[in-house]
Amino acid sequence: MLEPGTEIDGFRLGDVIHAGSMATIYRLTGPDGPLPLIIKIPRLGPGERAVNVIAFEVCRMVLGALPQSPHHPTLVAFGDVETTPYLVMEHIDGTRLDDWVQRAPNAPEEIARLGATLALALHDVHRQDVAHLDLKPTNVLYRPSGEAALIDFGLAHHAQYPDLLAEELRYPVGNWVYMAPEQVVGVRCDPRSDIFALGAMLYQLATGRLPFGNPSSRKELRRRLYRDPLPPRAHVPATPDWLQEIILRCLEIDARDRYASAAEAAFDLANPSHASLSERASRRRRSGLGALARRWVRARRFEPAPCPPPSLQSGPAPIVLVAIAPAQPEDALFEALQDATRRLAAADDHCRIACVTAVPPAASLSGERYEDTATGRHIKHLVNLRRWAKPLQLAEERVTYHVLESDKPAAAIVDYATMNEVDHVLLGAPRDGTPTRLFPGVCAVVAAQAPCTVTVVRSRAV
Amino acid sequence: MKLALFADIHSNLEAITACLSHAKALGADRFAFLGDLVGYGADPVAVLDLIEQHAADGAVVVLGNHDAAALGRPDDTLSSHAKVTIDWTQAQLGDKQRAFLAGLPLSVRQGDMLFVHASAAAPEQWIYVTSLREAEDSLRSANASYVFCGHVHEQKLFYMGADGHPMPFRPVPGTPIPTGKHRQWLAIVGSAGQPRDRSNKACYALADLERERLTFFRVPYDFPLAARKIRSAGLPERVALRLERGA
Repeated sequence: MLEPGTEIDGFRLGDVIHAGSMATIYRLTGPDGPLPLIIKIPRLGPGERAVNVIAFEVCRMVLGALPQSPHHPTLVAFGDVETTPYLVMEHIDGTRLDDWVQRAPNAPEEIARLGATLALALHDVHRQDVAHLDLKPTNVLYRPSGEAALIDFGLAHHAQYPDLLAEELRYPVGNWVYMAPEQVVGVRCDPRSDIFALGAMLYQLATGRLPFGNPSSRKELRRRLYRDPLPPRAHVPATPDWLQEIILRCLEIDARDRYASAAEAAFDLANPSHASLSERASRRRRSGLGALARRWVRARRFEPAPCPPPSLQSGPAPIVLVAIAPAQPEDALFEALQDATRRLAAADDHCRIACVTAVPPAASLSGERYEDTATGRHIKHLVNLRRWAKPLQLAEERVTYHVLESDKPAAAIVDYATMNEVDHVLLGAPRDGTPTRLFPGVCAVVAAQAPCTVTVVRSRAV
Repeated sequence: MKLALFADIHSNLEAITACLSHAKALGADRFAFLGDLVGYGADPVAVLDLIEQHAADGAVVVLGNHDAAALGRPDDTLSSHAKVTIDWTQAQLGDKQRAFLAGLPLSVRQGDMLFVHASAAAPEQWIYVTSLREAEDSLRSANASYVFCGHVHEQKLFYMGADGHPMPFRPVPGTPIPTGKHRQWLAIVGSAGQPRDRSNKACYALADLERERLTFFRVPYDFPLAARKIRSAGLPERVALRLERGA
């Protein structure tokens, strides 16, 4: 323990706020700045666990990657892991969820308010590919402004970074009371594990009890791979249907049976009258021996649900190719394509629009006038494409223009879509369905051969 | 100091040019070319001359198995397509390029970094580092904080755990990964000139040596031109297609 007044890299230490098994946290008394600060120093040295230094690295990596948000502390500075490891971060002056846990059972409305704010904070970090994985009532703070903030990211997982804690898997790391079944078997990449912990904390707020007790051995810990908790109503008969439904849904053994996102849990908590109720809502006892025996057998070879893919791997901005005929046969079709494109662009503000036209090769057509030369014709087509796209009023960086020279317009569009990993092709077809002279059968070929979704656009009959 | 790392360039001038300008725009001031400079592609002379210029300015360059084959050293592991392109490459190279290749080392050590084409455990055996076992062997023999290599064409990062076993990680392009030198890291930077993971974007990595961060990148380049050159040179169609499809 360091004396108050000690300086580390210019940071002046104050009182100890928290002395845990992994790290000690001090208030900082200087230098003065816009934020109240704390310093967290991992417990290192003989007799301390190796996981302490890894948790320090993880905390630095994850907090360093998160942008400023009310839902977690802001990382201000950090020291070298080999010489002077420390993290300086914002001191969140809030009330710990633990204070409400001490007062359990709490009123359902109060639980819903606390739970909904916490779920929103969780959703914020989940959206940035971070799973906290060590949620407990002492790691959740409520700011005076009402927002929930998560602290202590030492055991967190960031899907875009190597998981430094994976090596510690032989012994499940984290708090056993709130740990999800998949964490028990070593899965560390599922944000839905946090939804399980949310359910466990809501259970505690509602009943004053722990859903799975306080396991002291791995054997006891593994029990949650098959044993469902007593329904909250067995402890507190006045528990409303919706609250029991939400809690038990969060506590489902298989992550796929829980809420798919923390935002969904937040919605149900904030709008209890809209929560759809299942058999869970009215449950009075745990599942019977038959179900238990089946789950016990399955738990011996527990197969956790696969982790959802990180946001960045779900694909970059989609590309929409709009095929525009060099000379549109009907104005109505021209406009119908504009409308369809406008709707797609509005539905996904990340998607990029590639305006493409296919024309016969120019070499055979070079003539006297500039408009008839290869470049002249090319420019004329580009101008047409731009004119077509102008009314859509899309940001410049979202739209590109391409003139493909080919005798086979359909094949050229398919090739373009393949090479550029296009996600969606839009192309117009004349209303009566007969192929036009200019664009014979293009729709049929593109629809059959394109490597992606194809939408055929027609103008409405007048 | 930012160190740009390129591997498996395979005579692809368009790809290496695009990667180099991408890296330079991000402030790269040191360069390493991790072997397989030639083979498959249609620009062996231009690529070797470009890399030789960088070597004259201090860049690290190591020998790859295709480079060794281009020098006439027998290699039974090469596919038939690869052999065809190596025979063609041999005919293109002049004395200058041959002398440059012949002077390349199998591995280079600089401080806590080791540069090698394949596994540091036995650089001349061209072992593919695809499993934890091979990663562990390479890391142990390297005795360095960072092992930078290629040979395997897909980007991958292995990091040594506290228990002495490496863990695999598939990097997300563009995300800087904190790679503190108190740990051991083995980075397969991915193929610049012949990506094979169903993406036709060129691979490379950029190490920020001061901030101890490593970022893997995928760079779009003019692959239709590179493929066209392969076809006009009369090299196997499969090799050109591979650039277009990234597989």
